[in-house]
Amino acid sequence: MSDHDHDHPHHHDHDHSELSETELRVRALESILTEKGYVDPTSLDLLIDLYEKKIGPRNGIRVVAKAWSDPAYRERLMKDATAAIAELDYSGRQGEHMVVVENTPEQHNMVVCTLCSCYPHPVLGLPPVWYKSAPYRSRAVSDPRGVLKDFGVALPDTTKIRVWDSTAEIRYLVLPMRPEGTEGWSAEQLAELVTRDSMIGTGLAKQPGETA
Amino acid sequence: MDGAHDMGGAKGFGPVVPEPNEPVFHGNWERRAFALTVAMARPGGWNIDMSRFARENRPPEDYLSKSYFQIWLAGLETLMIERGLVTREEIEAGKVLSPPKPGVKPIAPTEVTPAIRRGGPTEREPKAPAMFAVGETVRMKDIHPVTHTRLPQYVRGHLGTIELNHGCHVFPDANSLGKGEDPQWLYTVRFDGPELWGKDADPTLSVSVDAWESYLERV
Repeated sequence: MSDHDHDHPHHHDHDHSELSETELRVRALESILTEKGYVDPTSLDLLIDLYEKKIGPRNGIRVVAKAWSDPAYRERLMKDATAAIAELDYSGRQGEHMVVVENTPEQHNMVVCTLCSCYPHPVLGLPPVWYKSAPYRSRAVSDPRGVLKDFGVALPDTTKIRVWDSTAEIRYLVLPMRPEGTEGWSAEQLAELVTRDSMIGTGLAKQPGETA
Repeated sequence: MDGAHDMGGAKGFGPVVPEPNEPVFHGNWERRAFALTVAMARPGGWNIDMSRFARENRPPEDYLSKSYFQIWLAGLETLMIERGLVTREEIEAGKVLSPPKPGVKPIAPTEVTPAIRRGGPTEREPKAPAMFAVGETVRMKDIHPVTHTRLPQYVRGHLGTIELNHGCHVFPDANSLGKGEDPQWLYTVRFDGPELWGKDADPTLSVSVDAWESYLERV
């Protein structure tokens, strides 16, 4: 059985009984904790709402688009990412200490957490399943070009690849390369080219014309 | 601990398979398991390093066969049972069988957004100067703690270069044991691909980890 099966139990019929068992277990646990007075279900609803509606890659996209279109902001972002990101009102849990790493024609950056799932929540939201999966966590540090191939990305052989393993509470955001042919574009137009994966380093920004 | 969670460089897990248009949560139980875990940390009285250890400290076959939020759920159950907040019997029965632990205050709805926006910064005032300078070559210690550590196996014993100094940060190895924060200097240490993976490694590759001062030794 491949790891894919484990990470996507919802895709596979043979896992449905296990899923419903987990569903029941979580439901029972929530009622126990509520009855004991340890949690307030309204607070749980608010937490879920925050991570589904407010905290997500659209925040990071704004940061990148501003950095591409505002050289002074880019400078502040590279110097003190936590403060520059807070200027756009993004801060807090799992983004307390931010560092931005910039892709160039010479160096491509990629971020991983081999030990668990560390990821910059305020700018990217919760990590996708693949980011937390064994294939990514095992191979990103030893075979990043192979991982990039899984994402359909091929870099020139001469481009240096730099992998950042997030083993502490420092959280990394990749500043992708601004695509050619976007001179004079507004931050709003540029934002259309930024993808979540380009801010993790498993993708590149979209090219003009690729956005439709 | 040297466990199944420490995956850097492991072989045989196959390709990375991204899911197009992936939702934030797959199914309602993931939403609730996530929110319960986040909401129980403060009332439960554990820190992030204790919760990481509760998730990773399990047999490899268990760790590798559970989905991500199933591991979170199992970790949450462990943390609560350890502290007498719930009993294993209650979890198995799915109902309350014992009185609540006194003095446990839930997170109020008005506290949610401020708490998430504040987060839990880990930087602390230094008590001593940094032992290592940016640009210096260091060796990662070859240590194998049976408790929580953030020093991955694949860099142990290897030579790297100090690239960034992040200031002093809470030390997970101590904090996970409830032994206090023991703040230490935290560095980004960069390794060349062939240093980690041998002479056939991609020569364009370099990898860094963030490492506390006590993980490093002078060469």
